[in-house]
Amino acid sequence: MFDTVLIANRGEIACRVIRACRQLGIKTVAVYSAADSASPHVAMADTAVLIGPPPAGQSYLNQDAVLEAATAAHANAIHPGYGFLSENAGFAERCAERGLVFVGPTPAAISSMGDKLNARRLAVEAGMPVVPGTPDAVVDVDDSRAAAARIGYPLLVKASAGGGGIGMSVVRADSQLEAAVRTARSRAGRAFGNDAVFFERFLDQPRHIEVQVFGDHAGALVHLFERECSVQRRYQKVIEEAPSPAVNPVLRQQLTGAALNVARRVGYTSAGTIECILDAQRDFYFLEMNTRLQVEHPITEAITGCDLVQAQLRVAMGEPLPWQQADVQLRGHAIECRVYAEDPETFLPSPGRISRYVEPSLPDVRIDSGVAQGSEVSVFYDPLLAKVIAWGPTRPQAIARMVDGLSAFEIEGIRTNIPLHLRALRSAEFERGDYNTSLLETLGRSLENVR
Amino acid sequence: MQITAHMAGTILQVCVQPGDTVQAGDEVVVLESMKMEMPITALAGGTVREVRVQSGDVVQEDDVLVVLDDG
Repeated sequence: MFDTVLIANRGEIACRVIRACRQLGIKTVAVYSAADSASPHVAMADTAVLIGPPPAGQSYLNQDAVLEAATAAHANAIHPGYGFLSENAGFAERCAERGLVFVGPTPAAISSMGDKLNARRLAVEAGMPVVPGTPDAVVDVDDSRAAAARIGYPLLVKASAGGGGIGMSVVRADSQLEAAVRTARSRAGRAFGNDAVFFERFLDQPRHIEVQVFGDHAGALVHLFERECSVQRRYQKVIEEAPSPAVNPVLRQQLTGAALNVARRVGYTSAGTIECILDAQRDFYFLEMNTRLQVEHPITEAITGCDLVQAQLRVAMGEPLPWQQADVQLRGHAIECRVYAEDPETFLPSPGRISRYVEPSLPDVRIDSGVAQGSEVSVFYDPLLAKVIAWGPTRPQAIARMVDGLSAFEIEGIRTNIPLHLRALRSAEFERGDYNTSLLETLGRSLENVR
Repeated sequence: MQITAHMAGTILQVCVQPGDTVQAGDEVVVLESMKMEMPITALAGGTVREVRVQSGDVVQEDDVLVVLDDG
């Protein structure tokens, strides 16, 4: 049993983890940067440690500061949340060296899946289809041209050390290839310290479907169904739902079975997600595996009744998985809307002080928030303010509850993308469950035509 | 002509130095705010007289970043 857990994160996920710790009777230590001293997660924790100036590199990503804070506060474990240090194998190793339990998978699983080319190889070995692409990093111009000829256009240039849609670019012809590779290389080098790139066939307007998996140290491994995350803008997820309206029971069986095979191959423990692409023929392909808790985990919790963060803590303490596969049942439908501090028309970030903040109070509408009235939304971190999660016994009811919830959510002082969410939820494509990653772009264009 | 920050953020990259000739549309600075990278471009051509920021600087909305002599 952990006495104390340090949460190496901020915002809504820090609050989420602190809540789970409290429910399990575990004491909590928050860390914060100078920009976050008045943030809700700081007040929520039992103790809080200032770990640096605002820039993430000097605070939330400052491994030494985080580890020192853990030692000084006598923490037994560190929960990394998502982003920041959550998929940093080196950090996970340093935790282990200091006798701190890293609440997540092993450093080996993190490294294995962190290299996207290696992850693809593992998926193939596990019998899961992958998007046609290069088996290795592209070496030079000749290599690039040969690979492009094999894969065909359009293709996607991706960073091997990347993920989350960062540093990707679409190439539609030979003439664009060299420049695209050069740009992708330099962006990857800057963002990930590794400029290796590879190619994948680009599937136009696919659906993004992912499977939640969970393993324990005794080798038990379960899936908790899929999520659809196709409502995106520039590869950033905006709306997610579970289950996916594109997945019928037969496809569900194939998808979750394939995902478990991949997770089994890495000997996976804790929470993880296998991300896939569904093409127009409803064939699925492995994209990547995220070796961490995801932002959208609440919709899986809503349809299964399973608490994923509590389970992470339990597994990290050496306990077996709280559920067997037969215990994981699908009930109803859930949707999540990510409320971002951004202008709903220009999509520019909207920093500033939240002058008024009133959450909706409706049954089956859950709000996971990292802000409150008076909160300063600074420029140093991602723009996620809060997540609205609505559950309903049917998909139309979940949508209706979400619309009610968002309409009653008052946030003033900064701009938010709530109007964008409402537009997407009310669109014919979304209501029919017949949409793909081009939805927001299409809605944006139709809005421009109206003007 | 003054090139200013259209919003608060962190300077990610400075693409010019004093003496450089820029044309309308050239990228002079890359600003990052809430994880979004925004290139700031010259609205008109000219010669760079002054660069008032460097990579890593935190700037506020309307801060002057680069000063150009009209071309």
